[in-house]
Amino acid sequence: MEAAENIMPVESASGSLWHRPAFKQFILVVPALLALFLLFVYPISSILIKSLFSPEFTLKHYLYFLKTPLYSRVLWITFQISVLSTLSALVVGYPIAYVLRRARPGVRNFFLLAITLSFMISLLVRNYSWIIVLQRSGVVNSVLTYLGLIDSPFKLLHNKLGVMVGMTHIFVPYIVFPIYSVMMGIDLNLEKAAQNLGASRWQTFWRISFPLSLPGIGAGALLVFIMALGFFITPALLGGRKEQMISNLIQIQVVDLLNWPFASALSVILLLATLVVFAIYNRYLGVERLWGGVKT
Amino acid sequence: MSQRSRKRASRYDPLHIGWPLWIVSGSAIFFLIAPVLLLIPMSLGSAEIIEFPPSKIGLDQYRKFFNHPAWQSAVLNSLQVSVMTAGFSTLLGLLASLGLVWGRFKGKGLINAFIISPMIVPLIVMALAFYISLAKFGLLGTKLGLVLAYTPLTLPFSVLPISATLRGFDRSLENAARILGASRLQTFMKVTFPIIRPGVLTGAIFAFMIAFDEVVIALFICGSTAVTLPKKMWDVIRYEIEPMLPAISTLLLLLAAFILVLVGLLQQRITRRMTAG
Repeated sequence: MEAAENIMPVESASGSLWHRPAFKQFILVVPALLALFLLFVYPISSILIKSLFSPEFTLKHYLYFLKTPLYSRVLWITFQISVLSTLSALVVGYPIAYVLRRARPGVRNFFLLAITLSFMISLLVRNYSWIIVLQRSGVVNSVLTYLGLIDSPFKLLHNKLGVMVGMTHIFVPYIVFPIYSVMMGIDLNLEKAAQNLGASRWQTFWRISFPLSLPGIGAGALLVFIMALGFFITPALLGGRKEQMISNLIQIQVVDLLNWPFASALSVILLLATLVVFAIYNRYLGVERLWGGVKT
Repeated sequence: MSQRSRKRASRYDPLHIGWPLWIVSGSAIFFLIAPVLLLIPMSLGSAEIIEFPPSKIGLDQYRKFFNHPAWQSAVLNSLQVSVMTAGFSTLLGLLASLGLVWGRFKGKGLINAFIISPMIVPLIVMALAFYISLAKFGLLGTKLGLVLAYTPLTLPFSVLPISATLRGFDRSLENAARILGASRLQTFMKVTFPIIRPGVLTGAIFAFMIAFDEVVIALFICGSTAVTLPKKMWDVIRYEIEPMLPAISTLLLLLAAFILVLVGLLQQRITRRMTAG
């Protein structure tokens, strides 16, 4: 195997290109690179071209997007839902991470198991479970009616509430893991020191524990925000007409209106927005965090 | 320092979790897991409508699912596509990881970032990109088209566990094998690969799971000729009331639990081999 090349000083580096260890190691990466050029770079470039040429160069699809108020509203809703679902995932996820850091191994393992299981279950199943829970004749409404608390069922689905609940549910694990891993690196003696110096429990949290966990919050929140911007399944299944995000607009343009060039322009806009957020992530946190803090 | 604060400090236990925090974190866990677990009792209902609580209990929905030709072909399509994707992406990922972790050439960081980059591109963008480019080659509505689309998508998830395992591998073992007279191929097949196998399998399982659950790209590419399980579920959730769905969801839940155990066992084996090796 070529990879084993550099363990033995057999070949001299001065031979032909084919005999240099560095070249042989590089050869191993080539199949993956070829596949990515063919199956990633080429398709992505083809939407860029589709959005700009028809057949000669034009910006009309982008101008149309900018000029139509409906589309600016979709953009605004996309941003709004992304921010809100990131925040609510933080509110739900942070206490879990905090408890994970401090709980006994038994409780910790139970929590970790629940989070990982939820994380592994099919996205469709998770969204569908909320339909069962929230729909008109769903679990929440049935229980409330049974208890005599309400006369007519609440509308909990196909509105912003439904989308927020569904997206929060999916994003919480992505928030918990980075915060938990940052918290594991915090020396709890710092808290003891703060208390020794007269800080209350609340002060200790706000002045010591919380600021130290901020890198985890930042990493989790930006990751979730990037995912939220391009989210498609949940707004389509749990949202109403007013909660359709830019991804849903793209699908409608392709499937219902067969307007590929405009859908391509929308995709390029979404991709650029994602890349901007990712650049911020990369600038402040480093891309290594995406794969669990392993530096290469 | 006053007497009071000294007393409080000596009692302070950073591991203490107050009851309000137990309630908040407990409800958060309940929020994560309860709706999904609720699907299990719902799947036992025998009525033609989905009701809570189910009035008649039985395994009718499961029986119906396993005897339904359209659902069975969707499951089969999904299995074929996911297995092929996992194989393809694990092979590419293993080769690339060997080169990237052990190689010494320029631009490794850049290539690494390139391989990971499909992770951050929104799925809907990938879906449209493949829709447009697969249409040019007449590959819409084919399983091959799906495999081609899922390969870049799953590549990062097979490269990450494989690279992590390779980093923990002690290469002096290879030296020992070579000194004892093994060829390079023999060394790789008999020494290196058996030790890194749990990592490779983990990568393959991740790739399989992602392909098996993918719906956004499938919506654009499946057509009516290569319908996968998620695509069929999507259609049913969106446009009909299907009493089989809780049963199908429960089966997927069991699959997730099974995969979780499998990955856990593999992870254990990796740490054991690394410490023993």
